[in-house]
Amino acid sequence: MNKESYEAVIGLEVHAQLLTKTKAYSSDIAEYGGDPNTHVSVVTLGHPGTLPVFNKRTAELAITMGLATHCKIREHNLFARKNYFYADLPKGYQITQDQTPICTEGYVEIGESRKEKRIGITRIHMEEDAGKSIHELDPYFTLIDLNRAGTPLIEIVSEPDLRSGEEAYEYLTEIRKLVRYLAICDGNMEEGSLRCDANISVRKKGASEFGVKVEVKNMNSIRNVKRAIDHEIERQIAAIENGETISQETRSFDAAAGTTFSMRSKEAAHDYRYFPEPDLPPLRIHAAMVEEIRSGMPALPKELQKRYEQELGLSTYDAALLTAEKSVVTYFEALIQHTTRYKAAANWILGPVREWLNAGARDMDDFPVAPAQLAALLALIDEGKLSFSAAAQQLLPVWVEEPDTAPDALAQKLNLIQETDEAFIEQLVDEALKAFPDKVAEYRNGKKGLIGLFMGEVMKRSKGKADPKVATALLQKKLEA
Amino acid sequence: MKVDVALIDRLSNLAKLRFEQDEKEDLAGKLESIIGFVDKLQEVPVQGIEPLIHMGDAVNVWRDDAVHMEITKEEALKNAPLADSDYFKVPKVLKKK
Repeated sequence: MNKESYEAVIGLEVHAQLLTKTKAYSSDIAEYGGDPNTHVSVVTLGHPGTLPVFNKRTAELAITMGLATHCKIREHNLFARKNYFYADLPKGYQITQDQTPICTEGYVEIGESRKEKRIGITRIHMEEDAGKSIHELDPYFTLIDLNRAGTPLIEIVSEPDLRSGEEAYEYLTEIRKLVRYLAICDGNMEEGSLRCDANISVRKKGASEFGVKVEVKNMNSIRNVKRAIDHEIERQIAAIENGETISQETRSFDAAAGTTFSMRSKEAAHDYRYFPEPDLPPLRIHAAMVEEIRSGMPALPKELQKRYEQELGLSTYDAALLTAEKSVVTYFEALIQHTTRYKAAANWILGPVREWLNAGARDMDDFPVAPAQLAALLALIDEGKLSFSAAAQQLLPVWVEEPDTAPDALAQKLNLIQETDEAFIEQLVDEALKAFPDKVAEYRNGKKGLIGLFMGEVMKRSKGKADPKVATALLQKKLEA
Repeated sequence: MKVDVALIDRLSNLAKLRFEQDEKEDLAGKLESIIGFVDKLQEVPVQGIEPLIHMGDAVNVWRDDAVHMEITKEEALKNAPLADSDYFKVPKVLKKK
């Protein structure tokens, strides 16, 4: 099989549950979980004669995502009914946007900053979630919990610009980063607050027509989206090479087997009979509202990442890690108000601080040391008063317990201050060299590795407090003399 | 517009309703006359006229995102044809696999 002569064409549909307090069209609480059927209202339950009232926050969050992905924001918005019959949809229709998505024609960038690829966003529209069907609890009935019913969603539809599972992985990672960063959605794929369906087809390279597309569902992690796509591409190429035709269908991902299986064919496709929702008046999104939302938005991760690389001289890798979470950005931004040691600042956040966070499953907001204090510690280390390892391993664990103590006072209390006085260190260096005259001779005969032995000796004599930079310089000077 | 039994079958499938053959034929005739009546509207020239979707001029009828709970679980489940103390119960929906 000649896999190289094919290319895959992939588009993703991402549903993100919005972090609103209430439902999209009624005032009952939209919180995840809760006892079954306690987060409901007569609107959510689809009782006759009840009317929906739109949640303004839904539009604000949808517009925020649109601005973050460089979309046009539609002024005149209508809602539509999408009709289908299912037990977890009490009204018998979903209120969505059909012809008038609130955001259109945007893009996100994936890949490293020097070889970015733009992935088009076709549209972002607002809609509502359905309830949950529980099949396993009762042997004779399906049980319905409507807590989730009516929860606001945005659906983010990409252009078919993705060409591999890896690109889909990067795109979805970027979308997840954005929705979390902007507090639009908590991005939890396991709990289903962020869901992804993939449309996948393959074609001969250079062909202008798309192949027959297959929709794959039920991938509950970003990694599984990549696995499902990689598998589906292989399956489709193998089928075409065997002379089979690909049928347009919906397939489900089996995470255990790493394969996809057919759920339903297109012949049984739904007929949703969309029509304009008469119960909700139109939305008119004025430019002033869009500008107000735009001005309230923080700098986006991609912009910050570029700034950290170009202006602070950080590596792409470090800059990407620092901008992954909003809380980390907030701390780092505050930190660099107090220091110009950017690389050291990044190293501390991504090194010892992150280790402490991970060890206790903590968030950056839980880190008790103020940015100005951490900046003071960076200065101490830079001046040679304290070694990085002593600071990270000995000072930090104590510091987080008493974060208001100044770092130099704490280092003194813990007896970690290094001796930088040259005269004092020189004396120790001389003692060390005098103790091993034969080793000095060996060094001078070319066994340069012996410098480690002398360093160890100086450190021992200083009880570990000699500044290694000063000691090394003095040792070299004397040995090379 | 011609309404035949095949169309009745498709519509009854979407509406989750079941009819006997003689009922289908009866419905086909009735539905065709209803649609024929409404078809009269097709004769009105509407080029260049925006469809009227809403009867008023109101826009942006929205509310703030503030929680307001009005009913309890017991009330929610009260009118259901079938429920236990926590859930609505419906005929077994088979998982597709």
